[in-house]
Amino acid sequence: MWEYTDKVKDHFFNPRNVGEIEEPDGVGEVGSLACGDALKLTFKLDKNGRIKDAKFKTFGCASAIATSSVLTEIIKGMTIEEAAKVTNKDIAEYLGGLPEQKMHCSVMGREALEAAIENYRGEGAKKHELEGKVVCNCFGVTDKEIERVIIENDLRTVEEVTNYCKAGGGCGGCKGEIEKIIKRIQGDKIKEPREPAKHHSRDLRNIEKMQLIQQTINEQIRPALRAHGGNIELIDVEGSKVIVAFRGMCAQCKLTEFTMKDVVEAKLREFVAEDLLVEEDKDSANEPHHHRA
Amino acid sequence: MRTIYFDNNATTQVAPEVFEEIRPYFCQLYGNPSSMHNFGGQVGVKIRQAREKVAKLLGCEPGEVIFTGCGTESDNTAIAGTLSARPNRRKIITSRIEHPAVLSVCRQLESHGYEVIEIGVDSKGRLDFDEFEQQVDDETAIVTIMYANNETGVIFPVERIAELCREKDVVFHTDAVQAIGKIPINLSESNIDLLSLSGHKLHAPKGIGVLFVRKGTRLTSFILGGHQEGGRRAGTENVPGIIGLGKAAELAMQNFDEENNKVKRLRDKLESSILKSCPDSRLNGDVDNRLPNTSNISFEYIEGEAILLLLDKYGICASSGSACTSGSLEPSHVLRAMGVPFTAAHGSIRFSLSRYNTEEEVDFTIEKMPGIINRLRELSPFVTKPV
Repeated sequence: MWEYTDKVKDHFFNPRNVGEIEEPDGVGEVGSLACGDALKLTFKLDKNGRIKDAKFKTFGCASAIATSSVLTEIIKGMTIEEAAKVTNKDIAEYLGGLPEQKMHCSVMGREALEAAIENYRGEGAKKHELEGKVVCNCFGVTDKEIERVIIENDLRTVEEVTNYCKAGGGCGGCKGEIEKIIKRIQGDKIKEPREPAKHHSRDLRNIEKMQLIQQTINEQIRPALRAHGGNIELIDVEGSKVIVAFRGMCAQCKLTEFTMKDVVEAKLREFVAEDLLVEEDKDSANEPHHHRA
Repeated sequence: MRTIYFDNNATTQVAPEVFEEIRPYFCQLYGNPSSMHNFGGQVGVKIRQAREKVAKLLGCEPGEVIFTGCGTESDNTAIAGTLSARPNRRKIITSRIEHPAVLSVCRQLESHGYEVIEIGVDSKGRLDFDEFEQQVDDETAIVTIMYANNETGVIFPVERIAELCREKDVVFHTDAVQAIGKIPINLSESNIDLLSLSGHKLHAPKGIGVLFVRKGTRLTSFILGGHQEGGRRAGTENVPGIIGLGKAAELAMQNFDEENNKVKRLRDKLESSILKSCPDSRLNGDVDNRLPNTSNISFEYIEGEAILLLLDKYGICASSGSACTSGSLEPSHVLRAMGVPFTAAHGSIRFSLSRYNTEEEVDFTIEKMPGIINRLRELSPFVTKPV
């Protein structure tokens, strides 16, 4: 059971401004049936350029509906310039907060508003144009969108980013890239990761290091890859160089270079030693997969 | 406000008879059954009787019943205990729609080098038996496939599976948590080697489970310590839980036919009325081969959590396979394995009844449902025609 504030419950059980305005000045549509939530926002201006009326239609859970309802209330009476400044945080705060895992609903609200304003200004079709490069393929989230939720909400972890915009919440293949974006934006603000287990990195004998690498791949890395039809095999360890091969879906994935290697490297550095480098063994990529490695 | 409880696949009410039976075992008869004195010993007698009652429900010998802490523990023990008793076999066969108590274990074992095969299901949730047949071989250590699915109620052909496993000398475990107490079973005429059940799904308290271990099945103990359960599951017995489960098993046997006819009739009435009164709704799962108490219905264009919260306003308890209710971003793995479109999976609702439900509760729900569905459809951007 989610713990919703009274305000969320009120707007869910008694949604305001449901419907579609005929001949609207702005229309914004975001989300899809497949994603699990979608919102269509329409508004009309008065002669002074203020939002006279706003209506919504939403497919989604209670917080998605409450967020949409409250959004229409917030923007009524605003000028376009004022409305353009509304952030997802404003929406969530107006509701007295949302459960962390539901913050993406407030982001959807802000996106729909933006799309509607763009539409009014004639900058695009009523469908929200994706800006930037798609990072999360499962939910179609771009780097620009991820950057924005990180900045506006001061996010520090991949999990938080997933809560706010869904990116990383499907197969998880883009988590490495999300982490990179967080690092780029937050820089020094991210707390130093937990001291890497010093007893590991200090004086690992070769055999210990290899065992640890294998164990980390088995327990920390492979399950995530298996979840979307991939696999990884440890080929060799030469000094600080770890050679791996990606199998199944991972082997054909064009993003391999960019994300998988980073995830693997980050995990190995966290659990084994800071100086490890991961390399992909291209030669064995086409060999059949051996289950009993 | 009264509660209308249609979420019996999640957990059930403790039967009043069960509660009465276990009441003395907290403050009066609190002795340890392992003790030498009569004060504790008399509890031991009750545990023996409870074991006999459970054995009778399952159609097995009392010595084949091991009491555990819950269904999940039974599942974990069955899988891990079999693998460690048969270290030379490295293959596990399961299905894609298992409960996490099985699936998570298998996936972890996979990362430890076991080969794990997850057999798929068709659009009605029926097991791909041909695929299963091809996969069972002498490399296979264990096959673990559920008796009946918790989300759709679809029953798997476990006896056929068990027979094939027996031929190939493969251990067969079935998670029967949803089936026991709802449909009759006779293990004396079966080839099932290991079977899990959970007390709180059949009107016993939470915190008690059973692992049936057929005589002669090699299983390494999972929880080590004292000699309880013949050394096969250490730890001081959950005395009220065990006695309560014994009583619940007795009640289940007494009530099988009548209750299942009544429950099934109510379920069918609820289901057919909702499908009739709510347009764009569809049933998930194999209608001909289902538990008598379960119904899983998808409502297009709307989302499950919102439906549940509106039902909750009327005191009606159900559950959903939507992403939002689970806290994950993807809908139920069971419905996805069946190929139910995301659009319908997000709007899926499971009603699961018990013998405590009444006709009046069903009628009340039938009356409220169309209003709830229409109300959310009016909000939905995907519904263009007037509802």
